[in-house]
Amino acid sequence: MGELDALYEEIILDHYRSPRNRAPGLSGEDAQVHHSNPLCGDELDVRIRIRDGVLDGLAYDGDGCSISLASASAMSVAVLGRPVEDVLGLVEEFRLMMHGEQPGRADDLGDSMVFEGVARFPVRVKCALLGWMALRDAIDTFRRGDDANDVTHEDQHE
Amino acid sequence: MPIDVAAIRTEFPTLAREVRGERLVYLDSAATSQTPEAVLAAMERYYRTSRSNVHRGVYLLAEEATDAYEGARTALARLVGADPRGVVFTKNATEACNLIAYGYVRRTLGPGDALLCTVMEHHANMVPFVHAANDRGFEVRYVPVTEDGHLDLAEAARLVADGRVRFAAFTHVSNTLGTINDVPGLAALVRDANPDAVVHVDGTQAVPHLPVDVAALGVDSYALTGHKMFGPTGIGALVADPALLERMEPMLTGGEMIRDVTLTGATWNDVPHRFEAGTPMIAEAAGLTAAVAFLEELGPDAVRAHEVELGATFLAALADADGITVHGPTTMAERGAAISFSVDGVHPHDVGAMLDARGVCVRVGHHCCKPLMRELGINATVRASLHVYNDADDLEPLLDGLAAARAMFAVGRSA
Ligand SMILES: Cc1ncc(COP(=O)(O)O)c(C=O)c1O
Repeated sequence: MGELDALYEEIILDHYRSPRNRAPGLSGEDAQVHHSNPLCGDELDVRIRIRDGVLDGLAYDGDGCSISLASASAMSVAVLGRPVEDVLGLVEEFRLMMHGEQPGRADDLGDSMVFEGVARFPVRVKCALLGWMALRDAIDTFRRGDDANDVTHEDQHE
Repeated sequence: MPIDVAAIRTEFPTLAREVRGERLVYLDSAATSQTPEAVLAAMERYYRTSRSNVHRGVYLLAEEATDAYEGARTALARLVGADPRGVVFTKNATEACNLIAYGYVRRTLGPGDALLCTVMEHHANMVPFVHAANDRGFEVRYVPVTEDGHLDLAEAARLVADGRVRFAAFTHVSNTLGTINDVPGLAALVRDANPDAVVHVDGTQAVPHLPVDVAALGVDSYALTGHKMFGPTGIGALVADPALLERMEPMLTGGEMIRDVTLTGATWNDVPHRFEAGTPMIAEAAGLTAAVAFLEELGPDAVRAHEVELGATFLAALADADGITVHGPTTMAERGAAISFSVDGVHPHDVGAMLDARGVCVRVGHHCCKPLMRELGINATVRASLHVYNDADDLEPLLDGLAAARAMFAVGRSA
């Protein structure tokens, strides 16, 4: 079961069992997005609050597999309190890492670094990315002057 | 003769392989079945000895290729009790449903008409009709599903009572709930109030597992797919009453399907050829013939008996296991051996990963039944589905993986 250990590292399980910043709402919310990934039936809401160009608040909630929920949890810890531009930079680092590239900001990614092993499981990459893509979309939504958006990631075959 | 699983397994090369160091336990035949040697050999024979195009060839190879292709039509017709002139080959069941949607429904139904469908349909037997309804302005009515996973026939009777239903589409066996629907009963219910309605049934999950006789079922058209019945991918069929085919327009036009062509028009070939434009799937047809022979040799009754017995073992074990909820009917008399369930506190995708580590293949997700999933109030399920090469020794690895998944993920929940 060595393969499985790479997918379900202890840190991932810890974020899954004791999620950080998971909540159904966020006071003073500026934007909220709903992203779904029909492959595994994941549904994720990400809410953000931006103050003076800084990501000052983030809450996520939803129904998803351990990888998607743990990834959103680890992400929330990594990005909270950072300037929005910096957050977008981290999103890009994480995205590249999930596509098998060496991430540039290991220290800033923190616990999110453990998802590097998930890149070896192609069907789970989307799960790990869901929260991050939702966060990027939430920031884009806010910058467009909107306050909500809905995105469905591509579908499966049977 | 009862099914001899050990002997049958030796006929399926994939079943001999290991996955992640474990014996392959294949519990996903509802998605696609494995392929027996005889099917592989039939396809190879075509490519190695008879490769040529069908119809119109005046040499021996072309005759052999034509026989291989047309032989599949005869074999399939025999298996399901149909007239070979009513067997139209398609790419798969999805295309078969689209063929009747494009060739009949879109040309016949319009404003004021209604089409009866059900909430438990696979997208293949729903979307083509919804798409047609949106373009043509007729109404789609849905038979709901009861708590115990059956079609609500009382509600169905109400839905057809005004006599405006001109087409009904429903599945023989549900790929998600496993439910075996009362096809003759529902067909009669539709026709009582709508004598001219065309009844189309999705037989995709029935033909590989049950004796099927379309004449006895009393339906006008029946869709099936080769790859779930031991055949190759890339071939399916619409099995219809030839008289209905005569009333239909082709969906695709071009070579093979014409009688005559002028610069300004064309006349169509006889049915079923009218619906088979272009060079068909010849090797796949040869493979399908071998798959039909394989099923006939086992005997559809014996296949069903094996699945009833094994399915009951799986259902009982899952009912006993902690935190497992099976969806759909609870006795094998009412259902086939596609068993969908939820694992309390564990997302289906995580269940799938834990099982994969043990060499166990199951399907997780919405099984192309999103409206049904919404009705059940869930996003996804785990589905284990059985076939003739499965046996009681496939149960242990499944239960093992489910227990491990519960231990790893179902935190803070009682066992
Ligand atoms: C009930 C049912 N109908 C239709 C289909 C579609 O079959 P195919 O993908 O071969 O077209 C499937 C298989 O996925 C099914 O289970």
